[in-house]
Amino acid sequence: MSDSPEETPSLTRRVFVKTGIAAAGACYAAALGYPVYQYLAAAAQKAEAESAVKEVVLNDVDKLPVPSALMFKFGGHPAMLIRHGDDAWTALTAVCTHLGCTVQFDAKQNLITCACHGGVYNASTGANISGPPPKPLTAFHVVVSQGKAVVTRA
Amino acid sequence: MPNPRKFLDAAYQWVDERLDLTPVIEHASHKRVPEHKHSFWYYWGGICLFLFLVQVLTGVLLMVYYRPGPDAYDSVREITYQIRFGWLIRSVHAWSANLMIFAVFVHMFSVFFMKAYRQPREFGWWSGLGLLGLCMVFGFSGYLLPMDELAFFATRVGLAIPETMPGMSGIISALLRGGPEVSSATLQRFFALHVVVLPALFAPLLGIHLWLVQKHGNALPPSEEAKPEAQRKSIPFFPNFAMRDMAVWLVVLNIIALLAALFPWQLDAAADPLKSAPPGIHPEWYFMSQFEALKLLGRVIPGTLGEFAGVGLFTLALLLWAAVPLFDTRTAPGQRGRITTLFGLIVLLATIALTIIGYIEVL
Repeated sequence: MSDSPEETPSLTRRVFVKTGIAAAGACYAAALGYPVYQYLAAAAQKAEAESAVKEVVLNDVDKLPVPSALMFKFGGHPAMLIRHGDDAWTALTAVCTHLGCTVQFDAKQNLITCACHGGVYNASTGANISGPPPKPLTAFHVVVSQGKAVVTRA
Repeated sequence: MPNPRKFLDAAYQWVDERLDLTPVIEHASHKRVPEHKHSFWYYWGGICLFLFLVQVLTGVLLMVYYRPGPDAYDSVREITYQIRFGWLIRSVHAWSANLMIFAVFVHMFSVFFMKAYRQPREFGWWSGLGLLGLCMVFGFSGYLLPMDELAFFATRVGLAIPETMPGMSGIISALLRGGPEVSSATLQRFFALHVVVLPALFAPLLGIHLWLVQKHGNALPPSEEAKPEAQRKSIPFFPNFAMRDMAVWLVVLNIIALLAALFPWQLDAAADPLKSAPPGIHPEWYFMSQFEALKLLGRVIPGTLGEFAGVGLFTLALLLWAAVPLFDTRTAPGQRGRITTLFGLIVLLATIALTIIGYIEVL
């Protein structure tokens, strides 16, 4: 040990205490922040787990008028089953790819339209035709037999 | 690259020019807190404030998943047993609520015995009593929200006591209970009270209370006031007292965390009006002394007359307690006012004794 003025210790008491307080503060922030984050995130995680659906079965679809659409929920999101005039079937997500409004089937024009900002989609393929939507509606795989429609991810 | 220090200075100056912060900072930097053998009690107001902040934060978090109405019990069950860390948030809210009422009582009695209600601090005393009253209504209304058995019967009994007063029955039913029986209608009202009405009253009253503390500073107990000014010691509020305040808050935070983790708040079976009351049912500890006093008085003077006398006696004692700054006026600095101190001791001991007797009787 030497008291000579030219020797400054690399770790002063002040720096040590400051670092210690900062580290303890970070630990407290994490200990408080983690449970709060997990608590708040629980709802989204639950919804995500619920939406991990692989298949939806819809009954009595043969009773649907021709042409018309049936709204249903695939996982957490709205989807539509369309019965076309030629008795062909299409299942699409019903969430507009623009800003997430729920779209509707226009039977007269055989189009899917979005009331929010005027997006238009092809009712058979889901392709975006006009308006702001940047992407097509995702199509599902659909098999109809004996009045039952089985919708699965394509 | 710009100097960050210079940037901060410029930003401060920009704000200061508009909000005129410098006098506030100047005032804060000269603020001092007396230091003497009773200084320990100065921390209790801060503890109350900290616990209130914990209540606000955890209360908002609980509201994220709580559903008032017929779903209330199920939503609290989900919070307690399904949602991650929901048990922790709920336990912290419940423990902190109890600690807060305890801290408010300690704060009140310390103010009383240090004579900190004397001129010019009368409004500090009255706003503080108002805050205590609101805390108790917070506690009573919050207790029902889980809508479990205990909550149901506690509220049923709690509302039945004032109902025995002449002419009160219709008012309680129509305004508080929302029907002849505690039901989801009651719950909805208590929820509105607990999360909207009470906070809306509490926040401005707390603001006034804190403003008065800033305005008048810490009161000196008579023993200190008797000393000549040169002999009195004090420390700066910033940073010395503020740092100690923070350290105390940290200790309180750790106590809450420990209590919540080791003794998590449980949930009883769902409330069922057709089930008989569970044995040993009793009010929360902060209502126990009043409850027991009414009970004891009811044995001396049976029937409605006893209840009437009890409530009358309470009202009188409460008025006397609130009026203390008016009759214990300062005649000379440092004068103790022994009769008032004796009154305070009697109130304190009676409260503790009645609480203990109450617990002995129900357990």
